[in-house]
Amino acid sequence: MPTTMKPVDAVIVGFGWTGAIMAMELAQAGLNVVALERGGPANTVPNWAYPKVVDEIAQSVRHGLLQDLSVSTVTIRHSRDERAAPYRQIGSFKPGTGVGGAGIHWSGVHSRVMPEELRFRSHITERYGASFIPADMQLQDWPVSYDDLEPHFDRFEYVCGTAGEAGNIGGVRTGGGNPFEAPRARGFPLPPLADPPTASLFAKATRELGYHPYALPAANASRAYTNPYGCQLGPCNFCGFCSDYGCINYSKASPQTTILPALFRMPNFTLRTDAHVLKVNVDDTGRRATGVVYVDAQGREVEQPAALVVLAAFHLHNVRLMLSSAIGTPYDPVTGQGTVGRNFCYQLINSVNLFFDKSIYINQFMGAGGVGRAIDDFYGDNFDHAQAGFIGGGVMWGRQTGNGPVRGIPLPPGTPHWGSGWKQGVRDHYLHSGRIEAQMSNMAYRGCYLDLDPVYRDAYGTPLLRMTLNWQDNELRMSEFFGQKLSQIGRAMGAQAMSGRILKRGDNWDTRPYQSTHINGGTAMGADPRTSVVNRYLQSWDVPNLFVLGANVFPHGVGYNPTGLVGALTYWAAAGIRSIYLKNPGPMVST
Amino acid sequence: MTDPARTKGRLAAAGALLSALGIAAVAAIVLHRPEPRLAMAMTGTGDARHGAYVAVLGDCAACHTAPGGTPLTGGVPLETPMGVLYSSNITPASRTGIGRYTFVDFVRVMRYGVRPDGTRLYPAMPYTAYARMSDGDLRDLYAYLRQDVVPVEQATRPSTMRWPFDMRWPLALWNLAFHHPAPFRPDPTRDAQWNRGAYLVTGPAHCGTCHTPRGLAFQEAGLDEHAQRFLSGSAFAGASPVDLRGDGAVAGWPAADIATELKTGRNRASAVSGPMGEVVEHSTRYMSMADLDAVAVYLKSLSPASAGRPLRFAPSGETMAAFMAARPAGRGARLYMDSCAACHRLSGLGEENTFPRLAGNPLVLERNPDSLITVVLGGARMPSTAGAPTGLAMPPFGWRYGDADIAKLVTFIRTGWGNNAPAVSEGEVRAVRRHLADTMAYTQPQSGQ
Repeated sequence: MPTTMKPVDAVIVGFGWTGAIMAMELAQAGLNVVALERGGPANTVPNWAYPKVVDEIAQSVRHGLLQDLSVSTVTIRHSRDERAAPYRQIGSFKPGTGVGGAGIHWSGVHSRVMPEELRFRSHITERYGASFIPADMQLQDWPVSYDDLEPHFDRFEYVCGTAGEAGNIGGVRTGGGNPFEAPRARGFPLPPLADPPTASLFAKATRELGYHPYALPAANASRAYTNPYGCQLGPCNFCGFCSDYGCINYSKASPQTTILPALFRMPNFTLRTDAHVLKVNVDDTGRRATGVVYVDAQGREVEQPAALVVLAAFHLHNVRLMLSSAIGTPYDPVTGQGTVGRNFCYQLINSVNLFFDKSIYINQFMGAGGVGRAIDDFYGDNFDHAQAGFIGGGVMWGRQTGNGPVRGIPLPPGTPHWGSGWKQGVRDHYLHSGRIEAQMSNMAYRGCYLDLDPVYRDAYGTPLLRMTLNWQDNELRMSEFFGQKLSQIGRAMGAQAMSGRILKRGDNWDTRPYQSTHINGGTAMGADPRTSVVNRYLQSWDVPNLFVLGANVFPHGVGYNPTGLVGALTYWAAAGIRSIYLKNPGPMVST
Repeated sequence: MTDPARTKGRLAAAGALLSALGIAAVAAIVLHRPEPRLAMAMTGTGDARHGAYVAVLGDCAACHTAPGGTPLTGGVPLETPMGVLYSSNITPASRTGIGRYTFVDFVRVMRYGVRPDGTRLYPAMPYTAYARMSDGDLRDLYAYLRQDVVPVEQATRPSTMRWPFDMRWPLALWNLAFHHPAPFRPDPTRDAQWNRGAYLVTGPAHCGTCHTPRGLAFQEAGLDEHAQRFLSGSAFAGASPVDLRGDGAVAGWPAADIATELKTGRNRASAVSGPMGEVVEHSTRYMSMADLDAVAVYLKSLSPASAGRPLRFAPSGETMAAFMAARPAGRGARLYMDSCAACHRLSGLGEENTFPRLAGNPLVLERNPDSLITVVLGGARMPSTAGAPTGLAMPPFGWRYGDADIAKLVTFIRTGWGNNAPAVSEGEVRAVRRHLADTMAYTQPQSGQ
């Protein structure tokens, strides 16, 4: 018999970005809130104190801040006719754990979304005709518009102290920034970070090619900043340890730097760490969540009754909790029926290393996760897709994120992999090489989905989540298109040699090298309960007192980094809960 | 516990106190002055709400609420060279608290340090400052403690003072020599704001308890602005509370910066650390802006403790120029580049409201370097307050660097950018590290470093 805790107004499962935002919003609304985090507590000091955290072996090799795959992981297969195997080592994607979640070890690239991406099916149909959409592509409109989300994008950027230059304020082009961006109500809270050499070279080359480079919005503070909660950030010093690391300098936006100091002062908020949630309990009608069951640090099962349940864990865990709690109907790829696990997507990225003459110093020991210049000339529907022959687009950038010996120093093709030849290569190229990338959108397909693995279980006895996913022809053709663009830009930047990874038709998803952690979909938001799990307020169609947050609610992938959109959707959902649901608990959209 | 230096220090302190007591005994005979009879009656009812604010001004919680303990039930250990004292239960519990105190009893404790049963308090209880509190404030405080504080029975732990300090009767003589209970008298030549500041600083807020140097018998070397050494900086327990007078760096701040520092634990250029963080957390952050402004005005009016002392800070571009020319001046500067410059910057200017400025910083410039050494060894964290919730923290470096390196680093900081504070020796670092050893394991160097 599990111990039963005192009922609370709201229980939040997971305490990264979405959990912290929702906890703050609900606590401000006066609710008695409990958040449950499977990992431990963490803070800048002592957890990420200089210099111990900037340890490439501890973080980038041994993945000190990531989910322990020996306790729980996922299984992966490329298609339905394969048997899935467990993801036993961190490779292609990096789920976080602990207080702050993936908000600790992210880079800080902080983009929004293009308006047409939120109504992509309608937009593509209008411009190119319905027949342009491949038969197995499950493209569907989002149930929210850019205008719905704009105040919430703005809110999240001001919470994060995001550095950038506006390209479009209130519909008026500023002449700077990203000329393709959708209108924003006001400029960024902080000016852009200084350009490192990769960014300067990228900006010059792309401008000369007729493109429109802009400072990539970065949640790495460019100045000392105090956010609307009163939480403080210090300016980034370009130490080059963002992705994989906690920030030593209070510079990278994370729940710890931007929300938790204020949230922890609220008497109606409680955090319990080392609390691994097993399932959401529902009553006999199956229409009302009664709370959650978790395992505490001592291995005891504990029930936390709550009037409102919010799933705010990482993508994978949110989807699995829906499946293992048997809420909604699991997706069946054969019949196309069911919704939970449907439209699982994974962003593609092409990465090209550039090797310059010794007179050009890139100094890649320094950098910041979000700093760089980017172009959106081939993003969304900013270019004619009829000729390109695929759906989607991407952002291309010259970022300089910092690199060191253990993380791997890229060397030109033909350099020996060891010995004195390799050492000479490192001497010749470390200070004179950089990287440019294309990050591309990813559509949803009938055969790409998530369900519970029939064979493997985790340390708690729960079936693992099973991924069935591979790259699709539409995306690989887009990747080849971007590969050519990257080569063109690399040459224009003056690279003497290039190496890297361009996904091409026939390539399969390789789970070993790092790709990105931008997995999405599985509990899609939508206007139609037959093709979505949650409504436009991220409220479960089946259990109205259950809300599901995170990139798992994306109906399909976008080209930008997802954190800005995830944060905005969380503020949007919170505003809906506060202004509509709490006054009249029940379904917020009628079916 | 068998540390020879400490034992020596204790013997010296004991000797000093005994001689002081001898002097006091003579004084007692010559200047026999019976304790005044208190005939104050409880006239009218005190304002408990205002009393709660008076409790904040007096920072009662600092000593009477143990971390994680029930408010105001005492039990906080106060370590002195003579032994450990434990603070008392001041909830209105009738058996172990102040539930049976009449208002007159309460006033006797607050102004004379004498309990209803005649027991004398050690002057760790700052009755020398509280004696200046107004009748009205005491009445309101009494009303608050009696009416709004939940009574909790919790016996006060007996103190572990060593002989002869476990005898309390000599405290009467100490009082005779050093305690001159007189209510605060406004200075008619000053305006109301200055007088309010003077009342707060010398009375309820008892700033001198930490910031005024102490004499041989642990008496404060001055209780108000008339004494030249009042608030001129002190040293105890690994901390060196800064000089608040005209020759200290705080006096150079605009009054608004002083008030902001007390309200939020930080200001444009600086931040509090150590025990002052607790003072902000428990007391000053709750003070009204009007009161904080008054405190600032009063502090800024204090003349330098010693005229003609060389200026402690005159901005200089030399340090920054040396860094930019890739010629940092010695090992201390190199250690600074490696471990400090990411936040405090090569310029030593820090970042506004976030990372304290070291150029011209009061803690850096203080004659006694103990607080600065403590911060470098053990790190520091700003208090979390409603106005500034982020407890911005500096990591500890004691595990990383030995005493010689810390001395070089701290000396560099005290002499860079135009700072002009005395150099720090390896021995001074060793003494502070030893003091911190019991409580802060991470201040110790790690083997293999």
